Amino acid sequence: MSTIGDAWDYLTDPVSWTGAHGMFGTNLDGSLRFQQDSIIALAIEHLYMSFAAVAIAAALALPLGLWLGHIRRGGGATTVISNVSRAMPTLALLTLFSASAIGFGNRAVIIAAAIFAFPPILTNTFTGMAGVDADVREAAFGQGMTRRQVALRVELPLAVPLIAAGLRTSTTQTVATVPLAALVAGGGLGVIINTGVATQRYGQVLAGGILIAALCLGIDQLLSRVQRAATPVPLRATTVAAA
Amino acid sequence: MTASGAVSRAVYGRGVDNPWLSLDYLRRSGGEVWEHLQIHTTLTVEAMLIAIALALPLAMIARRSPRLSGPILGLTGVLYTVPSFALFALLAPFTGIGRTTVLIGLVAYALLVLVRNTLVGLQGVDPDIVDAARGLGYSPTRLLLTVELPNALPSIVAGLRIATVSTVALVTVGVVVGYGGLGQLMFRGMQSNYRAQIATSALLCLALALVLDLLLVLAARWAMPWARSRARSAAV
Repeated sequence: MSTIGDAWDYLTDPVSWTGAHGMFGTNLDGSLRFQQDSIIALAIEHLYMSFAAVAIAAALALPLGLWLGHIRRGGGATTVISNVSRAMPTLALLTLFSASAIGFGNRAVIIAAAIFAFPPILTNTFTGMAGVDADVREAAFGQGMTRRQVALRVELPLAVPLIAAGLRTSTTQTVATVPLAALVAGGGLGVIINTGVATQRYGQVLAGGILIAALCLGIDQLLSRVQRAATPVPLRATTVAAA
Repeated sequence: MTASGAVSRAVYGRGVDNPWLSLDYLRRSGGEVWEHLQIHTTLTVEAMLIAIALALPLAMIARRSPRLSGPILGLTGVLYTVPSFALFALLAPFTGIGRTTVLIGLVAYALLVLVRNTLVGLQGVDPDIVDAARGLGYSPTRLLLTVELPNALPSIVAGLRIATVSTVALVTVGVVVGYGGLGQLMFRGMQSNYRAQIATSALLCLALALVLDLLLVLAARWAMPWARSRARSAAV
């Protein structure tokens, strides 16, 4: 089929990877510009946006989850947050942002992606901390450990497998969400698909789909290794993702 | 001068009245909103029905032969990792722009959740109950239909709820192939900076997810009279 041939041609053309005018340029305000016709530049932009979003989400969700899990309160609230975020379409948030003061572009996409990256980290951190055996906690307090020591030296290490699972879920999901940026004038690999649909070059659309799918599967594989490495050996067999 | 000023202000959306919620919008475009809500609903329901029809047999096969359960779960897992945006793009060149592409994508995503939860439910049935039924002379088919499936129902319903709510949200991504239900309205609202259109369709999306979820909860209560007292613990 010619579409597959077109996709192959697109993927094997060096210009598609490096861009017709190089990979990077400068915006009018002097900031770095990722050229939107280069796969490499778009992939770097994609990863940059994803990790920025996860970093923001983790910076907020990890401390909150650690604290709530330690005092063992707010389980209902974390469930509600994760359920509502599942029902809220990403596109709804992006379009709502674009019509508000937040506006279009990468910054809005990073904020939106961070909002969706938040619940899995929060839920898993909470579940991991709150799920620590009460006897273990008791024993730690009995040895005269302070609350902070119990939280950081006893509960946190035991919760690491679930926290790692939450970070993995959240990152994979974010890398999968960022392509939508292309619909609201943002960057990332979604641009290839969006441009392809707009110009009716379905070979390019197919190629874009393959690239994003490959990136997501690759990231998920990589993170599953990291997750495994972060999990202490005796806990490996019993680790189950909560979200 | 005033005329051109008014035009430029209208174009940039400043100075003109652009409320987030407006009855005026519903009065003027109610028909269009209703039409997109219908598309959104029928697409979601149809995708869920197809996904259920595929997921139940797949889960039962996976349950019967552990050798197939690895590949079945693996394949649905890979499908789930591929983003919807990319999946629609992979399908569009072959299935065209429009409804079919979105429907296939939605079914693929619902499938993983349903297969996994059904399998977990079937595996979680108390072995003693299965043993007792077998001792009473139940055939494998009767055992599956009258003992194992009813016992797995709480887990299946939990999967159905997650899949349905996610599907409502996912339909909007169909915008990329020009068939996103309410997402279509959000997208057009964004292009023309029409706040009422975006907010209305976003709220309707949330409401639709909520209503379908409630319907599932009610249906589950009706189907599982024995679980009513512990319905709280079964809900995920």
